[in-house]
Amino acid sequence: MDSQTILILAQDGLTNGAIYVLLSVALILVFGVTRVVLIPQGEFVSYGALTLASMQLGAMPGTVWLLLIMAGIAAIMETYRLLSSGAGRELPRVLAMTLVPPVAIAALVKICIPMHLALGWQVLLAILIVTPLGPLVYRVAFRPLADASVLVLLIAAVATHFVLVGLGLLFFGAEGVRTPPFSDAQLTFGTLTVSGQSLWVYATSFVFISFLAWFFSRTLYGKALRAVAFNRNGARLVGISPHLAGTVTFAFAAAIGCLSGVLIGPITTLYYDSGFLIGLKGFVGAIVGGMASYPLAAAGAFMVGFLESFSSFWLSGYKDVIVFTIIIPILLWRSLSSIHYEEEE
Amino acid sequence: MIRRIGLALFLALLAILPLCSSFYITLGSYIGLYSMVALGLVLLTGVAGLTSFGQAAFMGVAAYTTAILTIQFGWSPWLTLLIALVLTMAIASILGAITLRMGGHYLPLATIAWGISLYFLFGTVPALGGSTGISDIGALQLFGMELRDERVFYYLIWGVCLSALWVTINLLDSREGRAIRALKGGTSMVEAFGASGHRLKNIVFVYSAVLACLAGWLYAHMQRFVNPSPFGLNQGIEFLFMITIGGPFSVWGAIAGATVITLLKTVLQGILPKLIHQTGNFEIIVFGVMIVAVLQWMRGGIWSLVERLLPPKPNQPINDSSDLSMRDQPLRGTVLLRVDGVTKAYGGLVAVKKMSFELSAGEIVGLIGPNGAGKSTMFNLISGEVPRTAGSIYLGSENISGLRPSQIARRGLSRTFQHVRLIPGMTTIENVMIGAYLRTHDGIFTAGLRLNQTREARVRAEAAKQLRRVGLEDSMFLPAGSLSLGKQRIVEIARALCGDPLLLLLDEPAAGLRHLEKKELANLLAELRGQGLSVLIVEHDMDFLMNLVDRIVVMEFGEKLAEGLPREIRSNPAVLEAYLGGV
Repeated sequence: MDSQTILILAQDGLTNGAIYVLLSVALILVFGVTRVVLIPQGEFVSYGALTLASMQLGAMPGTVWLLLIMAGIAAIMETYRLLSSGAGRELPRVLAMTLVPPVAIAALVKICIPMHLALGWQVLLAILIVTPLGPLVYRVAFRPLADASVLVLLIAAVATHFVLVGLGLLFFGAEGVRTPPFSDAQLTFGTLTVSGQSLWVYATSFVFISFLAWFFSRTLYGKALRAVAFNRNGARLVGISPHLAGTVTFAFAAAIGCLSGVLIGPITTLYYDSGFLIGLKGFVGAIVGGMASYPLAAAGAFMVGFLESFSSFWLSGYKDVIVFTIIIPILLWRSLSSIHYEEEE
Repeated sequence: MIRRIGLALFLALLAILPLCSSFYITLGSYIGLYSMVALGLVLLTGVAGLTSFGQAAFMGVAAYTTAILTIQFGWSPWLTLLIALVLTMAIASILGAITLRMGGHYLPLATIAWGISLYFLFGTVPALGGSTGISDIGALQLFGMELRDERVFYYLIWGVCLSALWVTINLLDSREGRAIRALKGGTSMVEAFGASGHRLKNIVFVYSAVLACLAGWLYAHMQRFVNPSPFGLNQGIEFLFMITIGGPFSVWGAIAGATVITLLKTVLQGILPKLIHQTGNFEIIVFGVMIVAVLQWMRGGIWSLVERLLPPKPNQPINDSSDLSMRDQPLRGTVLLRVDGVTKAYGGLVAVKKMSFELSAGEIVGLIGPNGAGKSTMFNLISGEVPRTAGSIYLGSENISGLRPSQIARRGLSRTFQHVRLIPGMTTIENVMIGAYLRTHDGIFTAGLRLNQTREARVRAEAAKQLRRVGLEDSMFLPAGSLSLGKQRIVEIARALCGDPLLLLLDEPAAGLRHLEKKELANLLAELRGQGLSVLIVEHDMDFLMNLVDRIVVMEFGEKLAEGLPREIRSNPAVLEAYLGGV
């Protein structure tokens, strides 16, 4: 293997790793705040790429219908909750908050699709469509289980993953898509060629992580979310709503997933169910970080990226076997290095 | 009676199903196989509070092991069964050893990862047939007869499945089974009675893997063909869905769930693609929605509805005498517990500083102090839950500092918990029987085969004796969760007594009790002292202790403030200062 190949593989690893970093950060965030092991994270990745691809073809993306249906279900659940708890007078406000944004987004998409907007605008639209799916999934599937054990939440997460994958097939069909790159530029540094798309991935990943770092260390909302992750009951006592925190984190998770989808859409072909494996690779990173440490998770995510690109060179058939088997030694290392603690239910 | 009729109807239905067409026989065989796997998952998820997505992968290990070894090496399927079992147990033990010490979500994540990598491995390795799989697996032979007929195989599968069901029911109703049922509430309770929570979790995981292995081996010889897809992650997830729908808390929920999901899947796979005019596994949408709905509204699954219609299980009879062997109690007045210069520091914070006191056999000593004085830490140092920084603790003549809670329990220390740790769904007497964990030694094999009945009867009689001793024989067969807090505290004492202790350690037994309940508790403890029991009570309720205990040790800021008879303590100016802030 010459240095040229190593550089190319390293570049691949770095690009994929940057995506896995984004995903593992989202997974840790959601787990910390809501205790949900967000198995469906990967579906937001597929949805992002597939939504963009639909708009490229000038078609109404299926995710818009999903958005409207989910908003309808959420509205019914809110109505039931408010009426049965005797808070009926709040109903108009809550219903408006649940229904108006999705309907407005659907209308906007309907208007914009025939206009064949520039790619950048379409990406923004895709994010606008997929992001509210996060809070809606939280509202419909997880919020009623907020007091359940991690185990019950995990089973609900897997069930949600099944539903979203099935709906992905229903709305988008079984064909794979490749979305257009953000940039066709090829930059040459000596012997190394870097594609513009890779630079976009690095830059977006960096900007988004910086934004999250700023959000969690400098803003009141960010600090409130950290408080919920640290101690749910304590946060509730000082007036931070765990439900609001859950809603916000799920929105982040969906947005991060969608962004990852449109970023790697030009690099690999994505199918309705491809997101799952991508999301799980983010999990390997998150597990390196013990589902708690962001820097360790980022290191883990890059490790997964490199492992993947180098093993695809040497043992292409065993790429996924290697990436997912590495989790066993990682867990062994964590189990030996972390102090034994007990989980009470 | 209704239970027996229901069981008879179920067995009759199973027996006559092969009269139907071959389609239904195959379906019935699949339900039997899936029930076996789901049964293990009920034990793992519903009972022990762990979970795995890798059960299908365990099936795959067995199926591929027998496929390769019978075809390539011509080995007998019965030999390959043995090899598959050993292999499965080894893999499960390793996965368990790695993940079970950490938080509960690590095992499922590890099994997801291992399920995926195994699936890709099956599909990639040329020797395993790639994605086309391996065909022409030999038929099973029994007494020189080839089991090729699907009816015979159906009976074989259900024979194994019902045996597994019987073994699992027996196991749950045994010494180890009760401890396993207690795991969900955290491991510190079972550790306090001498069981190792980590070992029990491992046993449950290996047991569930073994059931999946049996199913996989049967599957390979029923289909006589294996390929990767039935052993993928999605199938692993479907097993979890089966028990969620069927009911994760009962072994019957496994069969109910396997039946419902298998039938529903067959029906939906026929209807949905026609309805949608598209091919694909759309049934997963329906399953996913069903699971979320069941989790939100009916967490006990279908079986909880059936259970509601059935009459309660009959109470097991109780022998008159327990004749379990008992410890020799120390002579009254000899030193039983000696705490010698014990210190516990958390970083720079010293929670307990050079504490020393003694307790003699046959006396009740109260350890009191204002909030934050270090009483609970002192308690946990004695029971072994918290390791000490310096000093020694002796029980009798033996140094017990540095031992684990289960080892200290073995040496004769029983305890209660400040926050009551009973298993609410188990009857009071079953809860108390956990206390006798160390007094019999039946493992899971004798329990599973029901060879433990004489010992079980003894333990049951002992638990009944202790419940009579504390005056709760009327509540014996009620679920422990239905009792008042005061009674639950006393059940905890009965459970501790069931361990035949040298020393009873009570952690704030009066907290949250009403006046009359406190009085009853005090009377009970005085009575137990009359019977020669030694007790150490950690408490902050002075009034409760004053007329009860022989001596009081007062702690403040982690140090011993005073020690003496109750009336001396009552007039000790330093103690009054600490409690009332000066008079």
